[in-house]
Amino acid sequence: MDTDYAIIGGGVVGLSVAWGLLRRGRTVTVLDGDDGSFRASRGNFGLVWVQSKGMKQPRYARWSQQSAAIWADFANELGDATGQNVPLEQKGGYDLHFSEETLRATVEQYEALKAKLDGDYPFDVLGHNALRKEEPHIGPKVVGAILHHQDGHANPLKLLQALAADVRRMGARVLVGKTVTDVSKPDAFRIDCADGTTLGADRVILSAGLGAAQLGPKMGFKAPIRPQRGQVLITEKLPKLINRPSLIARQVDEGGIQIGATNEEVGLDDRVTQPGLSGLAAEAIAAYPALAKAQLVRSWGALRVLSPDGLPIYQQSTEMPGAFLVTCHSGITLAAAHARFLPDWLEGTVDAPDLEVFSEARFAVS
Amino acid sequence: MQRFDLAIIGAGPAGMAAAQEAATHGLRVVLLDEQARAGGQIYRDVDRVADLRGDILGPDYTDGRRLTAGIGRDGITHVTEAVVWAIEEDFVISFTKDGKGAQVAADRVLLATGALERPMPLPGWTLPGVMTAGAGQILLKQSGVLARHAVLVGSGPLLYLIAAQMVRAGTPPLALVETQTKADLARAGRHITGALRGWSYMLKGVKMLAEITRARVPRYTGATQITIEGEGKAEAIRFTSGGKARRIACDTVFLHHGVVPNTQAGRSLGVTHRWSTEQSCFVPVLDASGGTNVPGIFIAGDGGGIAGAKAAEIAGRIAALRVAEEAGHLTQNARDQRATPLLAALAHERAARPFLDTAYPPCAEALGPADATVICRCEEVTAGAIRSYAGLGCLGPNQAKAFGRTGMGPCQGRYCGLTVTALLAETNGRTPDETGYFRIRPPLKPVTLGELAAMADPDAKVSDGSDH
Amino acid sequence: MKPASPFLELHDCPRVTVLLDGQPLDLPEGANLAAALLAAGVEVFRKTPVSGAPRGPFCMMGACFDCLVEIDGVVRQACMVEVTAGLEVRKPDGVGDATV
Repeated sequence: MDTDYAIIGGGVVGLSVAWGLLRRGRTVTVLDGDDGSFRASRGNFGLVWVQSKGMKQPRYARWSQQSAAIWADFANELGDATGQNVPLEQKGGYDLHFSEETLRATVEQYEALKAKLDGDYPFDVLGHNALRKEEPHIGPKVVGAILHHQDGHANPLKLLQALAADVRRMGARVLVGKTVTDVSKPDAFRIDCADGTTLGADRVILSAGLGAAQLGPKMGFKAPIRPQRGQVLITEKLPKLINRPSLIARQVDEGGIQIGATNEEVGLDDRVTQPGLSGLAAEAIAAYPALAKAQLVRSWGALRVLSPDGLPIYQQSTEMPGAFLVTCHSGITLAAAHARFLPDWLEGTVDAPDLEVFSEARFAVS
Repeated sequence: MQRFDLAIIGAGPAGMAAAQEAATHGLRVVLLDEQARAGGQIYRDVDRVADLRGDILGPDYTDGRRLTAGIGRDGITHVTEAVVWAIEEDFVISFTKDGKGAQVAADRVLLATGALERPMPLPGWTLPGVMTAGAGQILLKQSGVLARHAVLVGSGPLLYLIAAQMVRAGTPPLALVETQTKADLARAGRHITGALRGWSYMLKGVKMLAEITRARVPRYTGATQITIEGEGKAEAIRFTSGGKARRIACDTVFLHHGVVPNTQAGRSLGVTHRWSTEQSCFVPVLDASGGTNVPGIFIAGDGGGIAGAKAAEIAGRIAALRVAEEAGHLTQNARDQRATPLLAALAHERAARPFLDTAYPPCAEALGPADATVICRCEEVTAGAIRSYAGLGCLGPNQAKAFGRTGMGPCQGRYCGLTVTALLAETNGRTPDETGYFRIRPPLKPVTLGELAAMADPDAKVSDGSDH
Repeated sequence: MKPASPFLELHDCPRVTVLLDGQPLDLPEGANLAAALLAAGVEVFRKTPVSGAPRGPFCMMGACFDCLVEIDGVVRQACMVEVTAGLEVRKPDGVGDATV
């Protein structure tokens, strides 16, 4: 056999899992796409985020918390191995509100979730004045914020680069420029690529983002995945303006202010639009008025990889045992969990996390 | 929002000629240009400057007044100081003017965005005092500002032109450090027939060289190992020529080894580009009248492949005739009648290009810079870093951009894009076409968030605030 | 005081006063700001936010973004600005100094 595990998809999700398997001594071959592939790993917002996740499914909130809790350790290990820092800051994050009503309603939801999580959901509600002490540049239209202490943000591109470097250092074979056309299991797995490459593997992990929607059904998965566009803006490099991240804006470690993101159901269209950019700019200025004079240097559209309920899917194929679907929207937040915990689930060890709620069984009844 | 029959981006020779031709046939034209006065870079500020220093700049420059005179007519709305930052579906064009956002719409768009200096990453090229030769020319044309102690470095006719102009102005350059070799000239010999067809260009070249020689400006050819030195600014240039290492103290270095099409706007619209081996750059794939693979998008002038100002003017007219026919303002017969002689004239204008491209090839050590040389001026990324990203599986510039930030700065890859493609192609053993180019997106030029926000629809909800 | 400049101006024009980092400079009215600053002996326009390296004008045609200066709190290309009386120009000094 060519490899213990073939991993289809060399983004943050695929590489995180590859990294974890390599650390356990497995042989891994990663099949990655080309320079123009849709890559959420290159277009995401870089949050390591807990709040607002799993409002209807506490297990998802817990899974996010578990990943966030070990993220710093994971980043340090990657940094030590590659000699390249993976910037991470976990000193809390905001949900900013422009109306008392939405703030109150959200706090109620958080309280309910907190009860289900045995009280482990540390957040504070800040009124405008309290927020202003933390964020001197906050605008008058922001009535308050929820400060969740388990939130933070990372440099997702440095994470991607460190993973790409470290899986190679640990001996992974990474085949780039590949489009997987078929996966079959005559005996062991056989993977066929558009350029004629074939690969044999004992096990296969499908972590191809939106590509899983086409390949999944061939491997016995439902893979009900759809793209959702998020337009994102980034400004010129600025002096410190924003201390903690929010879904509206964060200041990245290089100095630029990243502003996000639209939620658009437009299929496989990753363009940016003037109305999208203008709307995001207006919201960011409402939050931080000083941004009005900042230059927008770049913008991009990226496609979220969404399941119907927004939760990850972790599923072993019943048609093709040994084939696993691993897909999620929050590949950055969950990178640490995917690297450290998911291998136990893939290998079926006694330490395997309980991921039953993330199986495809949940899509049967709807 | 005002809608026009044709929007033209750029008021250089191609854009001005196209506007005039299109308006002649009854089209309503909007001509958007970044500068305060028409002319493009080649005829920069010609209306204001021709009388002041036309003697120094020469008749090829003052001739631009013929074109600027043609755009002041009914049917042409010339919007000056308009920085276009997005061209979207239905050809809604967003631009900045006087710090405010504005939009126009057009049925068809002609991109006449001209050329950029070919990036010339050499050690020390980011130091203050190091500029492009084009910048030196713009300083002289628009502002009458001349470098007192300058060395011109690289290859190509533009170096001789600026040297001759500096001689005429009484401030000759300290030296010409030329990278082309005698072997390049010998190779160019096989294009001599074309060169003779374009004899007027060759004659001009000979005259300029005579002016430079008369002024006793030293010329060093076949220069290699070029390094610009200085603490905080350019102070000297080192190089090897004729087997001897040399150092010339100077305040200013003007770099030039050809110009390349400015492809940003076309790429943002999905126009197909192909690598040109002759010109060592990407050029858009165009039909005979400037049409692209994107219906309604046309390209004329140096932005469609380097051929110079006269060719740009003719190509602009040819594209305008095509647009006039498509818009129903001209019959096919009428268009053919007018376009046929223009096509012949265009072929004549292009005749000398193969000779010039071969005799003055790009500087090899700037096409494949040493590992320590900064190739992305904005984010300060080195050639060695780009090569290392190839080892991390980067097949193309977009993954390299994600890894190393090359092309992420405000110039948006204009001065590193070709180098990044070349370095990845070389390291991966693939062609430039296989390697590809940066994905270019709006904003084509930076725009303030305040300006963007002022264009927002107050009722639109762009984000649902969810992160699932 | 006009520092010695590596550049000379061919023609004399009416001048107006511009403030550069608070210091008055007499520049030709209506001139290209980048060209006028060069002629006035200003060689370094800013320091980069990445490494603090000094930069000055490079392309003079609005493409390279090396001649960035700050005017009214907005960082702009000096080569795309005309000199007007009373213009207040600041040299961006790397990270941590732009005023937003």
